[in-house]
Amino acid sequence: MSEIPILKIGDCLLVSIQVDMHDRLAMALQDDLTQRIVSDRARGVMIDISALEIVDSFIGRMLNNIAAMSRVLDAVTVVVGMRPAVAITLVELGLALTGVRTALNVDKGLAMIRGIIDNAEHADAHRDR
Amino acid sequence: MLIETGETMPLRTSDDVVRVRQAVRARAVAAGFSLVDQTKIVTAASEIARNTIDYGGGGVLRIEVLRDGRRLGVRLTFTDQGPGIPDIALALTDGYTSGGGLGLGLSGAKRLSNEFAITSSLGHGTTVTLARWK
Repeated sequence: MSEIPILKIGDCLLVSIQVDMHDRLAMALQDDLTQRIVSDRARGVMIDISALEIVDSFIGRMLNNIAAMSRVLDAVTVVVGMRPAVAITLVELGLALTGVRTALNVDKGLAMIRGIIDNAEHADAHRDR
Repeated sequence: MLIETGETMPLRTSDDVVRVRQAVRARAVAAGFSLVDQTKIVTAASEIARNTIDYGGGGVLRIEVLRDGRRLGVRLTFTDQGPGIPDIALALTDGYTSGGGLGLGLSGAKRLSNEFAITSSLGHGTTVTLARWK
């Protein structure tokens, strides 16, 4: 199990990364989150990276993987709070995080997840009629 | 060009990568780098430190603060005694990896640096030197 706590809020999981992650910790978080999406029947995952001073290719790959795995498990991932200097550096590094939804802060992230889940449920209800 | 300060750090485990990020950040702050410049050199350091461990079997990092007239810079020299890189041009290609990564480590670190050089000798090891100026 990773040392990074995963909080459950309704049908969403919230992770706030507050430490400089070594690679094994990043892998452990990826595994834990994937397990929790299934065991908690989560529909949304929000990852707050506002405390991260850098995102290198390893952490970037972890964020991409979490987004891809949660998509396969019918959950939505939103990464929130990326610092401007981190965003500038990520793009220059060559990592566009194309598979990852992002929002400016936790409020906007939750609203984004809510909107996507509600839309999907509406579409399901429509199809079933 | 003068070397103002220097230190050497071991690169063995993924915890060492975290320590390298913190040490490079401290030097970049001391050299008066902007937040964006700090972030760029710390990110480049993280990429190459991981390569030194994963592909070079571990090694050492030398961190130096340089002065050229009124300009300050930070130079990082990563040295390993690993298998070496057979084709440096190929290794510097975006998306190329001999491992399981994204293939952005070397090429990305080069883009984040003002100066970047690799020397490698098959069977003897690799040295990556990068610098960023204020």
